[in-house]
Amino acid sequence: MEFISDIGAFTLTRLYRMGVMGLFLLKSFLYSLSPPIKIRRVIKQIHFIGFQSTLVIILTGSFSGMVLGFQGYYSLSRFGSEAFLGPMVGLSLIKELGPVISALMVTGRAGSAIAAEIGIMRITEQIDALELMGLNAFRYLIVPNLIAALISLPLLTAIFDVCGIAGGYLIGGKLLGVGAGTYFGEMASYVGMTDVLEGLYKSLSFGIIIAWVSCYKGYYTTIFTGFGAEGVSKATTQAVVMASVVILVWDYFMTSALF
Amino acid sequence: MKKFNIEMGVGLFMVIGILCLAYISIRMGKLEIMGGNTYDIKAVFSNSGGIKTGSSVVIAGVDVGRVKEISLSEYQANIVLTIPVEIKIQEDAIASVKTKGLIGEKYIDITPGGSEEILKPGDRLRETQPAIDMEQLISNFVFGKI
Repeated sequence: MEFISDIGAFTLTRLYRMGVMGLFLLKSFLYSLSPPIKIRRVIKQIHFIGFQSTLVIILTGSFSGMVLGFQGYYSLSRFGSEAFLGPMVGLSLIKELGPVISALMVTGRAGSAIAAEIGIMRITEQIDALELMGLNAFRYLIVPNLIAALISLPLLTAIFDVCGIAGGYLIGGKLLGVGAGTYFGEMASYVGMTDVLEGLYKSLSFGIIIAWVSCYKGYYTTIFTGFGAEGVSKATTQAVVMASVVILVWDYFMTSALF
Repeated sequence: MKKFNIEMGVGLFMVIGILCLAYISIRMGKLEIMGGNTYDIKAVFSNSGGIKTGSSVVIAGVDVGRVKEISLSEYQANIVLTIPVEIKIQEDAIASVKTKGLIGEKYIDITPGGSEEILKPGDRLRETQPAIDMEQLISNFVFGKI
């Protein structure tokens, strides 16, 4: 009997938390649509999420492009169609790898920090202090992160794509001898606006997911993940794992919907 | 000083990001910001051979325009082509559906004519050549009809 009621309790807790999570997103959206928006905080978060991730994104982007150059050349040369290296690198970067890898990098670099920061504010009762002073903690903590992630992610993805395309050219064009005209010309003729838009929609939705999951995990530290330093460490880990998993799963659904 | 650094960083990040986004959408996505002055002409094909909206229109191997619209009327493919105003097309020019390489994408090739009359926006190209059916061609060859 106890076993069955355990299952019931487990299901109810999960459902309750999913509901809280959904309401959390809804509330953040409502607050970010209505003024006032803390512009200073937004700029600070763009600096943190966007600007400080640029170096990581440039590095991972260039190396992903270079690997794609090698791998693509290897498989395409088996059918004698090395000329299509450009479209292959361009399409896989713009549609898939660019948005996903940059979102995963930002999750690891900024998502964890956001969760930890808000979590520590929760355990040291700073959020309660804010609310006690009549300040809206959502406006002050969550909305700037959401807006900053929405602005930063597409731009980071674009930087990733450009670096990757350049990296692919470095390997495919310079090292393996696909001509620059062939590489860029074929790429431009095969990549269409729909592909660029697909990448853009993906990166926008990943921005929402990163801000949402990491803010949620941090915000409910004492309530869902336990007290003290242990609670913060759990919240941070869960934020990174959950955001990464949700990004990959959501990516599948977006790809199949936009296919 | 600290605040200045943040603003400088954010500004730099936004500019670089937007430049990269613009590069991808204009160079790769062929997004036309200027729009440019174009006009539309029609062409009717008995077989469009898989031409899509956005396929290239080519004259003498140079990419000049795009396919704007494809519809079916009286069991024939009705295709609208968008061409820049500075490119004049004679009334007896021939439009044909061709393929880049053996398995490449389809495009419309316009062979200029010799007529004095120039097509006006909305006019119809009279001479068209349907897509070559590669399988038909191969089977003709194999079974010795050529």
